[in-house]
Amino acid sequence: MEGDIASMGQFIGAGLAGIGSGAAAIGVGHVAGNFLAGALRNPTAAAGQTATLFIGIAFAEALGIFSFLVALLLMFAV
Amino acid sequence: MADEAHGGGIQIHPMDQFVVKPLFGGDTVHWYTPTNVTLWMALTVLVVVLLLVVGSRGRAIIPSRGQSIAELAYGFVYKMVEDVAGKDALKFFPYIMTLFMFIVTANMLGLLPMSFTTTSHVAVTAVLALAVFITVTVVGFVKNGTKFLELFWVKSAPLPLRPVLAIIELISYFVRPVSHSIRLAGNLMAGHAVIKVFAGFAAILAVAPFSILAITAMYGLELLVAFVQAYVFTILTCVYLKDALHPSH
Repeated sequence: MEGDIASMGQFIGAGLAGIGSGAAAIGVGHVAGNFLAGALRNPTAAAGQTATLFIGIAFAEALGIFSFLVALLLMFAV
Repeated sequence: MADEAHGGGIQIHPMDQFVVKPLFGGDTVHWYTPTNVTLWMALTVLVVVLLLVVGSRGRAIIPSRGQSIAELAYGFVYKMVEDVAGKDALKFFPYIMTLFMFIVTANMLGLLPMSFTTTSHVAVTAVLALAVFITVTVVGFVKNGTKFLELFWVKSAPLPLRPVLAIIELISYFVRPVSHSIRLAGNLMAGHAVIKVFAGFAAILAVAPFSILAITAMYGLELLVAFVQAYVFTILTCVYLKDALHPSH
């Protein structure tokens, strides 16, 4: 095991940034779960709202992707 | 990059698949150098042309397989534009259809083993997203003139709150191309890197069966992601277009 304190910081930072992906997973699950809960209450209205579902998922997921990007930047670009 | 010195570690680096290489030898990449990105983009365009032009040339009453796919794709995108952006956005349908077909085909071609995923590069998706951003902004100002700025000046909010909201809306407007492009590139890059990480585990005998199962499962998920991300990209384009056409809503 070799390396310096700076690369240690890189790896720790990248690992911490990975937490963001888990948070985004919670967000996406929340969106999908609430959509299903609503869809089961009123199945006839559900079909018209799938576009909204995907937009919601996309917005929730984008922030998780940002944290993934931060991790990648720390690993490969810094 | 097989690194013998590490011995027992991961033999293939998961990020190696995204390296841009010139097609005909050499190391330097200029703006005119034909690289693997150029090759796979050209293949993408070729596949789209084959599907939409050659595949549906017969115009049969009972469509062939190629024609059915082309018709399904056309109907799918047409309905999406009509539902999300409204009837008056239909003149932008050719642009949105082009975007969708290009992205979905590039994503699917990227899933072939040993291929290159052009849409996993932010440089590629950023151009697509910037094109959308500039189109939407220009359309907004041409259609509505200065009334387009009502998008930032929220009339339904109380007056003291409006300047604060204007700043937030302005920031979120200019972050759009960033999130639009990074969402697509990041999703594909992450998925392909995960597949490669599991492929690296396949070299270790004890976990090889698990790793092969995991690759199969991830591949299935990636097929879904390839489609959903193209869908999300186009549907967000429709949403931005709707904002430009009807800024006061």
